[in-house]
Amino acid sequence: MEKFTTLQGIAAPMPLVNIDTDMIIPKVFLKSIQRSGFGKNLFDEMRYNRDGTEIKDFVLNKPQYRNAEVLIAGDNFGCGSSREHAPWAIADFGIKCIVSTSFADIFFNNCFKNGILPIKLPRDQVDLLMADAEKGANARMTVDLESQEIKTSEGIVITFEVDTFKKHCLLNGLDDIGLTMEKKGAIDAFEAKANASRPWA
Amino acid sequence: MSPKTLYDKIWDAHIAHEADDGTCLLYIDRHLVHEVTSPQAFEGLRMAGRSVHAPEKTIAVPDHNVPTTQGRQDVSQMTKDSRIQVAALDTNAKEFGIHYYPMNDVRQGIVHIVGPEQGWTLPGMTVVCGDSHTATHGAFGALAHGIGTSEVEHVLATQTLIQKKSKNMKVEITGQLKTGVTAKDVTLAVIGATGTAGGTGYVIEYCGAVIRDLSVEGRMTVCNMAIEGGARAGLIAPDEKTYEYCNGRPHAPKGAAWEQAISYWKTLFTDEDAHFDKVVTLRGEDIQPVVTWGTSPEDVLPITAVVPNPDDFEGGKIDAARRSLDYMGLTPGQKLTDIEIDTVFIGSCTNGRIEDFRAVAKVVEGKKIKAGMRAMIVPGSGLVRAQAEEEGLAQIFKDAGFEWRLAGCSMCLAMNPDQLSEGERCAATSNRNFEGRQGYKGRTHLVSPVMAAAAALTGKLTDVRDLM
Repeated sequence: MEKFTTLQGIAAPMPLVNIDTDMIIPKVFLKSIQRSGFGKNLFDEMRYNRDGTEIKDFVLNKPQYRNAEVLIAGDNFGCGSSREHAPWAIADFGIKCIVSTSFADIFFNNCFKNGILPIKLPRDQVDLLMADAEKGANARMTVDLESQEIKTSEGIVITFEVDTFKKHCLLNGLDDIGLTMEKKGAIDAFEAKANASRPWA
Repeated sequence: MSPKTLYDKIWDAHIAHEADDGTCLLYIDRHLVHEVTSPQAFEGLRMAGRSVHAPEKTIAVPDHNVPTTQGRQDVSQMTKDSRIQVAALDTNAKEFGIHYYPMNDVRQGIVHIVGPEQGWTLPGMTVVCGDSHTATHGAFGALAHGIGTSEVEHVLATQTLIQKKSKNMKVEITGQLKTGVTAKDVTLAVIGATGTAGGTGYVIEYCGAVIRDLSVEGRMTVCNMAIEGGARAGLIAPDEKTYEYCNGRPHAPKGAAWEQAISYWKTLFTDEDAHFDKVVTLRGEDIQPVVTWGTSPEDVLPITAVVPNPDDFEGGKIDAARRSLDYMGLTPGQKLTDIEIDTVFIGSCTNGRIEDFRAVAKVVEGKKIKAGMRAMIVPGSGLVRAQAEEEGLAQIFKDAGFEWRLAGCSMCLAMNPDQLSEGERCAATSNRNFEGRQGYKGRTHLVSPVMAAAAALTGKLTDVRDLM
């Protein structure tokens, strides 16, 4: 997995609440058996007309946000399905950090598996970052995972919480499976015990 | 020992390893797999030279992409990319030696219907699947939730999941349901009350007299939509009904093992005085047949209500409601019963079981659906289909003008040929009314099976109680 350490980039504002996984990547694009190539269909139905032309007033189609690397989003971002195609599409587009007041649980977890840092902040701080992002390409935010700080274009510093283990994995680009396999002894011991106490399972 | 919730008990019984910061390796008893969220996971195993840790606990079935029309073995019914996904599952199931119900097996169906039907899902288990509606299996008192593809790969390789414990939430439905009100109305009413983020960070335990009175199938409907309320998992404590449902299923324990299982299952309840971080209580008598008017499952109203005014909401929901009404082509103040529909979809992992169909048959028997209406009934599995045919339900549906389909996810999510066209409006028994969910620019109203049946007869969203 790609590491996430620090990021300085353009933030795009997306204040709509309850952006669901079907909006992030409509199901017609879930039929690939690859992990890559979903970025062009990120937010497809909000981003393109049926004939494939771009919808001009969609935020990521605006010249100042086309290279956004941070998304400042409305409440409950990523609700709906468990499809990891959603974070794959976001990462493939080039967005590496999402800030919101709340995320759906499964989506939140999926982000960390794909080098994306989702950050939960109180509403007043999200509002402040949303206003900063509204300024367009001049507003470059800095996100520093090590120090757990976001710095706005005006130099305001906001600190954020992140799970210690998830932070460790992101900072080092660690593969979960490899880490878990180091605990094979514990898994085998659990299985032996469970086979005795719950043999039907 | 401090009192525990049902969730606490199942969680504690599955910790294979706990780190100092509380990050756990949760052991997984059953891993269900379908064709959409698994190919990249199997590919990951292959690239790393890894095998499936416990193939005997891993069960696969294609459901999202499969056509539901006769003759679907003719692969020309599927688009090329759908064919590739189903073929990839065929290959992966064989190569990695996991249990598999291919498209032409009578036991094939929607993964969340097949699991319980075959006795794979049992009380007290941990169950995962790369699908958010895995919450369904919580109806058995199993801790069941959806996972992403990276986690699918992790479970395949290690039979564990890296997890931190969620908080406990209790949703109690007291009293009794009135005539015409179903498990679907209960689960939608809960989401209407808590919002789609109300359960985020929690595992919900549903309890109360209404839940006890529901059949196991009704409980599956309730738990199925826990995720629509933001909760990764919904749980219901097992009881005699649960045991009876499980008894005799192909993969349920038999003989002495059955007795041993039952005595364990009887310990699966929330202790008196156990702590819940959040409690929501609804009175069963207050729940009416409901419909959704917008594009979020929290946009729930009784069928007797009118389309709301976006200005009556607060914060970001004002714009979201405006966008929803525009998408749905509805006007504030319009009576919900005046909304005309052109499509009815009855099926899905929410409402594609035999009891759903029995209820529908009671409403439509001897009647005809509205002329010009496209109405389909899609069984959740080949075995549900066979049973409905044996009970004469299929004939009732066909006589009324419904299309009677083969098993699959069908129009719940439009990854297969069953889709809405632009502007079409559907009364659906499925679980999501998101923009584009049932097809590009398609409009979805979520309802119970009997409400869908009523709408098929009248051509409008209808209060089923008026037809009873």
